[in-house]
Amino acid sequence: MTSSEIKKDFSILNNQEITYLDSGATTQKPTQVIRAVDRYYEEENANPHRGAYRLSIKATEVYDEARKKVADFINATYPEEIVFTRNATESLNLIAYSYGIENLKNNDKIVLSIMEHHSNLVPWQFVSQKTGAKLEYMYINSEGEIPYEEIDKKIVPGVKVVGITQVSNVLGTINPVKEIVKKAHSIGAIVVVDASQSVPHMKVDVTDLDADFLVFSGHKMLSPLGIGVLYGKKELLEKLKPFLYGGDMIEYVYEQETTFAPIPTKFEAGTQNVGGAVGLSSAIDYLNNIGIENVEKIEKELMSYAMEQLSKLDFITVYGPKDLNKHASVISFNVNGVHPHDVASILDSENVCIRSGNHCAQPLLRYMGLDSTCRISFYIYNTKEDVDKLINALIKTRDMFAKWINK
Amino acid sequence: MDNLDSIYTDIIMQHSTETFNKKNLVNPTDKEHGHNPSCGDDITLEIIMNGNIIEDLAFTGHGCAISQASTSIMCDLLKGKTKEEAIELINIFIKMIKREDVTEEELDKLEEARALQNISNMPARVKCAELAWYTMQKLLEK
Repeated sequence: MTSSEIKKDFSILNNQEITYLDSGATTQKPTQVIRAVDRYYEEENANPHRGAYRLSIKATEVYDEARKKVADFINATYPEEIVFTRNATESLNLIAYSYGIENLKNNDKIVLSIMEHHSNLVPWQFVSQKTGAKLEYMYINSEGEIPYEEIDKKIVPGVKVVGITQVSNVLGTINPVKEIVKKAHSIGAIVVVDASQSVPHMKVDVTDLDADFLVFSGHKMLSPLGIGVLYGKKELLEKLKPFLYGGDMIEYVYEQETTFAPIPTKFEAGTQNVGGAVGLSSAIDYLNNIGIENVEKIEKELMSYAMEQLSKLDFITVYGPKDLNKHASVISFNVNGVHPHDVASILDSENVCIRSGNHCAQPLLRYMGLDSTCRISFYIYNTKEDVDKLINALIKTRDMFAKWINK
Repeated sequence: MDNLDSIYTDIIMQHSTETFNKKNLVNPTDKEHGHNPSCGDDITLEIIMNGNIIEDLAFTGHGCAISQASTSIMCDLLKGKTKEEAIELINIFIKMIKREDVTEEELDKLEEARALQNISNMPARVKCAELAWYTMQKLLEK
């Protein structure tokens, strides 16, 4: 299937003349996913885990089926290793509260990469402040990669948690997560993988990675907003304290104390977002139908083409790995002399949607000596024509600012 | 590009690239920092008050063309004004940007800052234009 064929499933991209290059922020949703969610609300909606009536049982079934589908998609051993959350941020907060605060002590170390999104950074600052654990960073080289020497230098005895994004949401760097996990396990640390920018775009196998925790958001992979995933190894999840307390996550509730439900229900307090889970399940069907290898192929071709075209523009600075095998389909760049926010406004007037700013990664940008960048991020519905439109709009931007830049 | 031409006008481009008001002052009597966390615009205003009069006003920092131009234009406008006059002008500017009712007479008082009126049609950029003015308001109302 080609991206032009895939694009037909995305009404928003066909009804409006837009070139959507911000899928790293959130993806558009195909008709199939939107219909699946509609169908759930029209035919199957009830509160799961509650009623003895058939409709509630149906809602419970579709929720459990979605969990099984997610487990298979990332090759988890057990469906109960999948906890549904609102998004990756909530998943990471769950880990920070239920694992971090409970297990870390004064002078333990937490090691993160400098390219973490704020969602895998700010919660660990909180853990550090609460427990006295020290927060340290693995820094990048000029190509936006973490050198192996840096990994060896930072992941040393005393480190208890390593947080790593599989793909940088700013630079597109694909990090060597498997090697980092191996290193971390050799010194007794657990690894929290932020897979928000990887699971939608490439084959992610939690068993092969041997990740202890891995998180992602549904909305970045064709699903509706408001459904996210926490994967955790069964034996780890079973030891964790609950994160949110209340209905559904309990076993027996007495006046003064409560026993809790087994995993994953222990972590799913309150009425759950079944509609969101149905959407995520349908999104996985959609991706499986294309084949995740084809998703990778489509995006790699686009990214290579975009890199080639961008490199022809002498007024553009591109950041991130030069080795395209280490580069996912997220590209950060600047138009020399023009602030990214102005670039984004001018591109918007050409109906090209890009992101500008610090991309929720202020420490990374500060480390690189930058205030902000322009960012484009592709998905399966993008075409080479989208890249061409971007390039033309960038040339217009340069032309518009030329007489002021060279003043 | 019609819409854009009314935003990136010569006045705005000139102010966003010139450095006349972008400097540190010698012995400022006060300063105030302003920041838009979402886009990274970051300015520091420095002021020299002589009694009730703004004797000098300048800024340092970085940001997009709109935020830099807006800051520079504001510095030009408020220099030599009394504190009360400055507060009134800031209020007019904010009303203009928020598309609230402003009279022609009020707009005239804004002088070059009127050039930013069209920003009010670009919701994504309103914050860029407002930053300096809110920062100044904070500084004057301390």
